Amino acid sequence: MEQQRFARYAIGYAVLAGLLCALLVLNLNAGSVDLSAGQVLQILTGQSTENTAIIWEIRFPRLLAATILGGALSVSGFLLQTFFANPIAGPFVLGISSGAKLVVALVMIFFLSRGVVLNSAALIIAAFVGSMISMGFILLISGKVKKMSLLVISGVMIGYICSAITDFVVTFADDSNIVNLHNWSMGSFSGMTWSNVQTMAVVVFLSLVFTFLLSKPMGAYQLGEVYAQNIGVNVRLFRVELILLSSILSACVTAFAGPISFVGIAVPHLVKSLFRTAKPLFIIPACFLGGAVFCLFCDLIARTLFAPTELSISSVTAIFGAPVVIWMMLHRNTRKG
Amino acid sequence: MKEEILHTARLAVGYNKKPLIRDIEISIRPGQILTLIGPNGAGKSTILKSITRQLEPISGTVYLGKQSIHQLNERDFAQTVSVMMTGWAEPELMRCEEVVESGRFPYTGRLGILSAHDHKQVREAMELVHVTELAARDFNCISDGQRQRVMLARAICQEPDILVLDEPTSFLDIRHKLELLSILKDLVRRKNLAVIMSLHELDLAQKISDHVLCIRDDHVDRYGTPEEVFTDDYIRTLYRVDRGSYTGLYGSLELDAPQGKPQVFVIGGDGTGIPVYRRLQRLGIPFAAGILHENDVDYPVANALACQVITECAFEPITDTTVQHAQEVLCRCKKVICCLERFGTMNQGNRQLMELARQRSMLVSKDEIRSSDINCT
Repeated sequence: MEQQRFARYAIGYAVLAGLLCALLVLNLNAGSVDLSAGQVLQILTGQSTENTAIIWEIRFPRLLAATILGGALSVSGFLLQTFFANPIAGPFVLGISSGAKLVVALVMIFFLSRGVVLNSAALIIAAFVGSMISMGFILLISGKVKKMSLLVISGVMIGYICSAITDFVVTFADDSNIVNLHNWSMGSFSGMTWSNVQTMAVVVFLSLVFTFLLSKPMGAYQLGEVYAQNIGVNVRLFRVELILLSSILSACVTAFAGPISFVGIAVPHLVKSLFRTAKPLFIIPACFLGGAVFCLFCDLIARTLFAPTELSISSVTAIFGAPVVIWMMLHRNTRKG
Repeated sequence: MKEEILHTARLAVGYNKKPLIRDIEISIRPGQILTLIGPNGAGKSTILKSITRQLEPISGTVYLGKQSIHQLNERDFAQTVSVMMTGWAEPELMRCEEVVESGRFPYTGRLGILSAHDHKQVREAMELVHVTELAARDFNCISDGQRQRVMLARAICQEPDILVLDEPTSFLDIRHKLELLSILKDLVRRKNLAVIMSLHELDLAQKISDHVLCIRDDHVDRYGTPEEVFTDDYIRTLYRVDRGSYTGLYGSLELDAPQGKPQVFVIGGDGTGIPVYRRLQRLGIPFAAGILHENDVDYPVANALACQVITECAFEPITDTTVQHAQEVLCRCKKVICCLERFGTMNQGNRQLMELARQRSMLVSKDEIRSSDINCT
């Protein structure tokens, strides 16, 4: 029994790692300029200088961003699902991504119109503030309504309101710099720089380490507050930690890539189904890998399907993610009878 | 005497700063079982939550040994007190074994990885409450009773000094109820645990508890040994029983007695009467019961269900006066059921009654009685 389970975990990690490697290679090769694996290898080893910029300055930062942010988004979703004890919770559904988007858009427009270009850290802080505002509303509502479906509906509504206001300000802002803002507000991994990647790597890595260290109280919390408290978890502190970590992770994603839908729900669910457990110790790293794979895959499609026109990443993640969520809800209901 | 392991001093508990129950003074020593009884909503769970740090007391203090529970750090508290409350979450994809394993978390390191010793404790706890065969099952896909036992195993493998259980038997069938209580007795004896629990089953509470705390109308109404608490009258007042009755000696419950003039006379004794009394109660037929010695096993039930009971003093032969009185009552009835097949020296009076009934052709067998036969008005 025990061995079977560990074999399953090992296979799970191997599958995810294999997919990740394959997608990294594919993402380097594919694009508006198709390069073969050999050519890419030559560029990477410095034997060829042709198309170096495409690989080093465009594709490499972009695929790293998709990897890091996809993983972060999926872990953030897993944290929220643990917090609300519901598998349909996620940063996008609860309106947290949209809150982050709104504040980032407002801050960017305010500073761009004064000719100040913001650095990545400032964007993350703005997104974090937005996330926390949305999160505050959600917590307020969750204190009043216990029913999860109502909470999700409230989250979706908050998301719509924030998106509407964002669209409004983006449309009426007339600065030419804001052209980019429109793409960003739809969700996209394009235009990542190495400095962006560095910042997000640091933030996400630190958050992941903290998250991983919380895997024991999280496992206890899955049994409910009473039992978490009974086995020595400081529940109040733990809840704050969960909220902060999930907000930082999703804020980081929104700051760089805009709001990305469904990754936070679909990926943790797929990963849990693959591993047949929800044990945080195994699932947190697996969620990160899964999120990275899912976003690399979706970004590949977004870039190449109608090249050179690029799709917004959210359209692609929705097409693959939403059916997973629907399937999951149906599955849950039939099991409970 | 050993030192008390937990006691409270002027504890007041409640929600939102409003005290629900005041002046709770309980104390428990290792090796004892304290049971909380009282009507629904009296605040039993509130007390249990307050002594396990899930709810801040309104005032007063709960002491573990000499220390207030709020001075202890989380880990120490977790190693001393384990709980099983009513209701549970629906954890996703969690096997029963993992649920039990979480009881070992206070003993594990940062990442919660179990040692060989921890695994042994988990196995033993699961064997103790007979849930070993559920180990690999999904916690969401077993019955409520099974879940309750899994949660008990979880509480046990936490190796506490004090086990706090909120209605631990609510979902269990009769076999598992008895089993749970024997397990508790066993733990208390072998590991010198203290158990604090709330129970609705008075019959069980009476038999297992060393002390009983009765909660009624926002206060501790009585605190004492089962002998002091489980009297017929007191239980009636505690639970405000105005329909039916409670028999302290047996811990049994009887429904309301049918009202009206007795229509049937039941000659019973030695336990033969009880099924007939209950049958007549179900049919709604008012009846008289006699002649019963006051030490007869039928007597408490007859007392609860019959509208009239003709009795004789314990250990005495039935006197003529009693027989005469019984004959008068019998003659006013429409039918007579005689449950006795044999009359001994002490109850010759009942033979006389039976013969009188036969002469007047009132005698019917107990299966012949139907409510339609008897005009109840």
